[in-house]
Amino acid sequence: MSQNPDTWLTRFHRLGSPPSFYRLAGILMPFIGIICIALFASGLFGGLVLAPADYQQGESYRIIYIHVPSAWMSMFVYALLATASAISLIWRMKLAEAVARASAPVGAAYTFLALVTGSLWGKPMWGTWWVWDARLTSELILLFLYLGYMALVAAIDDRRSASRAGAVLAIVGVVNLPIIHFSVEWWNTLHQGPTVTKFDQPSIAISMLIPLLLMAGAFKFHYLYTMLARVRVEILDSERRTAWVNTLVTSKAS
Amino acid sequence: MIEFFQMGGYAIYVWPAYALTALTLAVSVIAPIRRRKRLVREISAIAVQKERSRSE
Repeated sequence: MSQNPDTWLTRFHRLGSPPSFYRLAGILMPFIGIICIALFASGLFGGLVLAPADYQQGESYRIIYIHVPSAWMSMFVYALLATASAISLIWRMKLAEAVARASAPVGAAYTFLALVTGSLWGKPMWGTWWVWDARLTSELILLFLYLGYMALVAAIDDRRSASRAGAVLAIVGVVNLPIIHFSVEWWNTLHQGPTVTKFDQPSIAISMLIPLLLMAGAFKFHYLYTMLARVRVEILDSERRTAWVNTLVTSKAS
Repeated sequence: MIEFFQMGGYAIYVWPAYALTALTLAVSVIAPIRRRKRLVREISAIAVQKERSRSE
């Protein structure tokens, strides 16, 4: 081994240590917040003002700019929750546990938004707020998976065994993700098929697609911001008896 | 301008959807910020107490 301790590997290791992650997240968050606000501003302006009305659905289709990003994020965050859970089970990494715990309520919020905005879009277009079809039902199950994870983690007092129990639940629930994605192809459903993720030929006009992608980016950065903020709280809470937290807190209080 | 807010007659669906989204996203950002402030206060109060009992 070399004498120099600052190889990329040790740097990576240090990043996973709570104090340096706490510090790095604190530095990055303002930039993430600014990018998020810029994406929201441009996406909302493009989607609500610049983009034309849909030739079939009129102005009601504009719900797409919040419905589709919410639905994408509901699945993306779940995939991340399961990945962080797997890492925490295999390597007992505290940081992965914190990321998983921090992600669950945010993912639940996106799932809730996908369901409610979908309902508000479904009423004028389909004539009903809700149908028990494959896409809607599997998305509702996703919400219950998030809530189940949160309830399970909150119910167990010991922090680490709570994370471990939650991790198993999160990993088992992954089977729901392909069901949500392919539900519109496997079963007959009121829900329209994919319009954007058919990469060969997206069936959406470019003036509608660009704001949608901007909004999707805005939601990504929103998740990143609030997840980092939540991980910082988790770190402070679990490290409250350490010297570095005490110096940090007393220097801030004085 | 009025036309924009009417959303071609779909205002009662479009605007509640946007309002609820804005509210939910805002709350999910504000919640951890407030929780962190409360936690910092709590930990520093304990630290000050310990410091006092040690000096006495």
